Amino acid sequence: MSPNRRDFVKAGVAAAAATIAGPRIVTASPPRIVRVGRGEPVAEALALQAIDVARSAGAQYADARVGRYRRQSLGTRERQITGVSDAETYGIGVRTLVDGAWGFAATADLSKDGVARCAREAARLSRAAKKAMRKPVELAPVTAVKGTWVTPIARDPIDVPIEEKVALLFATNEAALKVPKIRFCTSGLQLLREVKTLATTEGTLTTQTFIRSEASFSVTAADNGITESFSEELPPRSQGWEYIEALDLPGHAAEWAQVAVEKLTAKSVDAGVYDLILQPTNLWLTIHESIGHPTELDRAMGYEANFAGTSFVAPPGKMIGKLKYGPEFMNIQGDRTQEHSVGLCAWDDEGVPADSWLIIDKGIFREYQTTREQAPWVSALTGTTRSHGCSYADSWSSVQFQRMPNVSLMPNGKDVTLDDIIAATDRGVMIRNSGSWSIDHQRYNFSFSGQAYYEIRGGKVAGMLKDVAYQAVTPVFWNSMDMLGGKSSYWLGGTFGDGKGEPGQSNSISHGCPPARFRNVDIINTARTV
Amino acid sequence: MAPKSLLQGEASFLSRDEAKRLADRVVSFSKADDVRVNIRSGWAGNTRFAGGQVTTSGNTVDTSVTVLSRIGRKQASTTTNVLDDESLRRAVDLSERMAKLSPDDPEMMPELGPQQYIAIQNMFESTRNLTPEQRVAAANAVIGAGEEAWKGARSEGSLFTAGFLQATAGANAVANSKGLFAYQPSSNVSLSNTARTPDGTGSGWASSSARDWAKVDAAYLGRRAAQKAVQSRSPAALEPGFYTVVLEPAASSQLVGQVAGALNARAAEEGRNAFSLRGGGTKLGQKVFDERVTFYSDPADPEVLADPFDGEGFPVGRHVWIERGVLRELQYDRYWAERKGVKATMGGGGRGRGGGGGGGFGGGIRMTPGAKTLDQLIAECRRGVLCTHFFYTNVLDPKTMLLTGITRDGTFLIENGRVVRPVKNFRFNQSIVQMLNSIEEIGRPDPGERGTSAPPMRVTDFNFASISDAV
Repeated sequence: MSPNRRDFVKAGVAAAAATIAGPRIVTASPPRIVRVGRGEPVAEALALQAIDVARSAGAQYADARVGRYRRQSLGTRERQITGVSDAETYGIGVRTLVDGAWGFAATADLSKDGVARCAREAARLSRAAKKAMRKPVELAPVTAVKGTWVTPIARDPIDVPIEEKVALLFATNEAALKVPKIRFCTSGLQLLREVKTLATTEGTLTTQTFIRSEASFSVTAADNGITESFSEELPPRSQGWEYIEALDLPGHAAEWAQVAVEKLTAKSVDAGVYDLILQPTNLWLTIHESIGHPTELDRAMGYEANFAGTSFVAPPGKMIGKLKYGPEFMNIQGDRTQEHSVGLCAWDDEGVPADSWLIIDKGIFREYQTTREQAPWVSALTGTTRSHGCSYADSWSSVQFQRMPNVSLMPNGKDVTLDDIIAATDRGVMIRNSGSWSIDHQRYNFSFSGQAYYEIRGGKVAGMLKDVAYQAVTPVFWNSMDMLGGKSSYWLGGTFGDGKGEPGQSNSISHGCPPARFRNVDIINTARTV
Repeated sequence: MAPKSLLQGEASFLSRDEAKRLADRVVSFSKADDVRVNIRSGWAGNTRFAGGQVTTSGNTVDTSVTVLSRIGRKQASTTTNVLDDESLRRAVDLSERMAKLSPDDPEMMPELGPQQYIAIQNMFESTRNLTPEQRVAAANAVIGAGEEAWKGARSEGSLFTAGFLQATAGANAVANSKGLFAYQPSSNVSLSNTARTPDGTGSGWASSSARDWAKVDAAYLGRRAAQKAVQSRSPAALEPGFYTVVLEPAASSQLVGQVAGALNARAAEEGRNAFSLRGGGTKLGQKVFDERVTFYSDPADPEVLADPFDGEGFPVGRHVWIERGVLRELQYDRYWAERKGVKATMGGGGRGRGGGGGGGFGGGIRMTPGAKTLDQLIAECRRGVLCTHFFYTNVLDPKTMLLTGITRDGTFLIENGRVVRPVKNFRFNQSIVQMLNSIEEIGRPDPGERGTSAPPMRVTDFNFASISDAV
């Protein structure tokens, strides 16, 4: 049996797990069948027709996804709108297995004939792919499920009048511009509603409605020919307009603007080796790049070699249960179950129920992220025969493949706070919010910066720094972690923009973590005069 | 010839008449002062492969409509692919509501009236009718050629090849309420592959793209990537520092692509880019690069064949931006051109709107090749580093076109005219202005690797800042 949540709870951090346990989905597993959302009878009929046709065309397995997406984005700068767009897209994608070879076809023509043509085309692609097949695809077992799930929200953000959205952003900018020395300010909203119906020849029929919301905010201060910018970390969430309101952008704008002003007089860092304290608003992106990506099984197997790259966590036989990724108190969870996370769902795009498992258990690498196709590749090494439910497609027109779930660093069992970590640090640098990043194609050597940097001296914050970036090698960095915040300091970051695949697809994921301290990390000074 | 795909062929994108009728329908729903309709319609077919087999493949057809409504000096846009009257009306109505909320854009230019466009033939039947079976055969040709090269090197184990083939065939149309209508069908295909050695220490890459599938040689690409993988095994670290480099066309293209951004007249005149003159004005008429450097854009160039109009229907033609090192022309959008009393070279105006279709360059800028082959550039190099291509290339400073990135899939030490050994990958920090003034030789691309915008080059004093262990 693979390490799972139960083992993790046994490991003595039950209290920590409780804060992130169980999504507040409509029900716990199995999800309750709730008839809500729009247009499912039509979508279900289309999807069922598609898999019937695919089967008649020779597919031993087929799945069909009907998706209707609404994406709205607004951008503002000071007192003007820089962009308003609203996009809707609707169509069907059909995936088939014929004698173990994949095929996929997608169309926006949702007439009976259009859907039938599409399904037959998918089967044709399967047959074509058989001419380049070494080993037939085997799918990990899954129990067929019928149900409907809706992101729990109070108010659908797409339905909020555009006037209300613009007013909120302008009020935010106005509050920031009142702060002396603030010259520029941008703010924006990105909102998504996605209704997705999945039917498979194994009897699964699900419809899920996803609602996701994100805001952005950035300011620039200028004085004596020096300019400094600051962006607040406002992560996307599987929540409605209530999330955007709760962020209280107008109420916080002045405080965030003040950080940019303070940066104007920050001291340029002396390059060297420091103890590094990363706030969760910075650490989430480092987790994404240096743990999330290298533990994708397709990367480890070379499937992404031609584009995004491979992984240093390979080959699986030499890594599973052997690679010491970090210290014993380091537990990394993969899941699509955390409340409000943007990876949250009831089922993935293969009908696999949302899962929660440990990728790294007590510092040791245990399990990759998997789909139904991939789980059998490593089941002899992990003991896990089921898929971890990491199949996802970003549109009806894209084929589903392995995508990152939420990948989170579990908090300390003891309730250590950020203040405790600062107090225990004699000479260090602390970083707030994410900045630029660069990492090689095996996810080994990396460089990250942030938005605001603080010098820590004698257990106290001694002032602001600038021109900071930290550079390290992934396993060395994680093994240097020696302090970890507790559950009260746990925070959920994330992005809508996790890119992978050819043609490229975009994935939404959250990464939760507490603050942490890393010993003896290389800090470089990024200032240049060219 | 294999039967046409069910989702391909004539029915996969709108004809000129169909596009016109759809645009007219959208315009008829509009209550705005002006409305612009952009239609993208077409088919895309892809095949991905890894480890000797197809991993995913797909055929997709779609048509989407973007509606830009303009009321006074306000504007906003919506997009939909649901083409019934009710959905189109909703899209038009929403764009009008959003436009009304927007503040005036003082730089907005009126919609263009009817225009004349040059005729471009960039739809090729070979690509439009490329079947899934042909795509798989091409994948097998890549894999087979790679394996042959691997066996030829008498190596143990088997080579791992991962690649991607994508073909598209479709049409773009632009129409507006002032009677403008532009329509262009086109096809494109690209094939790339990465070969990795079983010990994980060698990696090679090769890529080609063209409008016409007949110009893509799958076996050549498989062989080339495999040869690079074999040669790049067990690289040794070379001290970071300043080196003469031989850049293959893919590497050159990734770097000199930055020049396009610096051609923006407004940014240059406002002191914000590499062609700004210190103390005001621009470097127009001045020598900015080595005298062998010429950059042009031309949608009718046989290696480009781009749409002859941009996103607002502005006609795009040939321009020579930099001629023998001298800055000859800057890119003026309609607003900035009117303000400066010069002829516009692209559509748009106001906060960088408009343009589209390669930033108004008609398929992007290209650098004129020289006469020598890549092999000759290597043969004439006493000591240097050969770079296949780069990864994660990002701008550090637009004023000097300072870029950073990592070498990838074949980095080699050259000594006395020969590639002597593979070296570990480097991170570079390099100013493109400085690089285009440090040229030793400009070569010509190999016809087997099409679709690059710059030729191979040998340049001196290229700055490798640190080593990356990634293979």
